[in-house]
Amino acid sequence: MSALLERVFDGWTIVAVSAGALFFLAGTVGLLRFPDSLTRLHALTKADNLGLGLVVLGLVAQADSVVMGIKLVLIWGLLMWASAAVSQLIARTVHEAKRP
Amino acid sequence: MNEMWLGYCAAGLIGIGLYGLIVNPQPLHKILAFNIIGTGVFLVCAVVARRGAMPGMGGDPVPQALLITAIVVAFAASALAVALLVRLFEVEGRTTLDEDEVPPRTDRHGRGA
Amino acid sequence: MNGAPTLALIALILGLALWIVLARETFAAVAGFIAYGLLLTLAWVGLSAVDVAMTEAAIGAGLTGALLIGAASRLRGGGYADVRMQRGLAVRVVAIAASLSVTAVLIVCLRLLPEPSPTLAPLVAEHLPATGVGNPITAVLLAFRAMDTLLEAIVLLFALIAVWSLTPDAAWGQPPDVSHDADPQGVLAYVARVLPPIGIVIAVYILWVGADAPGGKFQGATILASMWLLVMMAGLTRAPPVVSRALRAWLVAGPLVFVAIGLYGAWMAGAFLAYPDGAAKPLIVVIEIALMPSLAVILALLLAGAPRDAGAVP
Repeated sequence: MSALLERVFDGWTIVAVSAGALFFLAGTVGLLRFPDSLTRLHALTKADNLGLGLVVLGLVAQADSVVMGIKLVLIWGLLMWASAAVSQLIARTVHEAKRP
Repeated sequence: MNEMWLGYCAAGLIGIGLYGLIVNPQPLHKILAFNIIGTGVFLVCAVVARRGAMPGMGGDPVPQALLITAIVVAFAASALAVALLVRLFEVEGRTTLDEDEVPPRTDRHGRGA
Repeated sequence: MNGAPTLALIALILGLALWIVLARETFAAVAGFIAYGLLLTLAWVGLSAVDVAMTEAAIGAGLTGALLIGAASRLRGGGYADVRMQRGLAVRVVAIAASLSVTAVLIVCLRLLPEPSPTLAPLVAEHLPATGVGNPITAVLLAFRAMDTLLEAIVLLFALIAVWSLTPDAAWGQPPDVSHDADPQGVLAYVARVLPPIGIVIAVYILWVGADAPGGKFQGATILASMWLLVMMAGLTRAPPVVSRALRAWLVAGPLVFVAIGLYGAWMAGAFLAYPDGAAKPLIVVIEIALMPSLAVILALLLAGAPRDAGAVP
């Protein structure tokens, strides 16, 4: 792999991981500033999952083999699925607690 | 160099855990503090393992293997402590060991005894 | 990991530990503890202890966190809000003095560590080919210090027996109370149907790859245990009653196989848990395969706890 290609990959990693970190920051700001459990959940699931996706895409460029890259993307997929399920459960609990 | 920083961090963790163990009156918080002390001790052991690195291995594997054992046994100890605490709550209706701090007994659905 | 990332991680870890200790609400402290365990995983990776990092993430953060959340929810009627939260000033001052002095003594001890650090790594590297495995930690756990692993499995079994011994007499013979009124059509049941196959494949993969790369039976057993707990908590299956013979067979099978291999080694190679030449790798694989289900069952049942008194909860 030529040095130029490596440089390009490294640059992509830096850009993607920084963008992902920004989204995590946005999600945390939402967590701290939103008034309600449901809105905080919204901020967390959307922003954090997108941030994680960007971080994963950045790391794929650093992977040693195609299989490792696929594993990284699968981790992202599993985490998105799990966070969707868990936020459903949390939202249902919050909703039922609010009902008189 | 940075493993010594983690070593100082571990010393700080043991101190923080000790403070929590003495000050918190609730047993569940004491269990948390005990776990913090435990992880501090493990971190010291890992620092010692890292200092034994050689070119082929990143750290001395014998302390690291003992750390795996230690983490599992610490979980078992926490499980036993939690079981004792839950049983104390079922039998006595309180979660502290102090006799003069007995709150009214309610079960987990909020119904009174 | 050098310099600024390590310092940032240390600041986070210390800050989070302080927060856990000072938090008023139990659930908040437990949630902080789970995050603390995950940060510690990064610290382990920074110290080049990847096996330990996986174990910490699985057992230290995951299972211990689940255990403490379960405990916090069961104890919720315990009048935490009413119990006097603060200790007097004198106790706090003594506690601060004690913790500062302990920290200072430890820092002094750390600075006095010998400089060319004594290490067993060259010895392990020299004898690693004889065991047939590539991961030095697996070799230490199952070949050089196999006695420690055997005793650890037995300690876990004793802890489970101790937890079961807390069962009230009226409830002996019943299963532990794990499920939480889950809707059979709900999201939890859906997760409990979809995740366990993935979890089992990952667990077996971690067990298998642990011979030559970071991994091994403890991490795999933890994943199996959490899959089983998930299925039990969703109500898709009942926890087994503690008197069940099949359960007890599963529990002792692993340690018994381990002891049997130890005796075989005593007979063939002259010492308990010694391996005959060339038979090290197959024996290690047999021990790992036998021990993983037992460990998974023990870990899951430790979390499930003792059967509850049927008369106390209306």
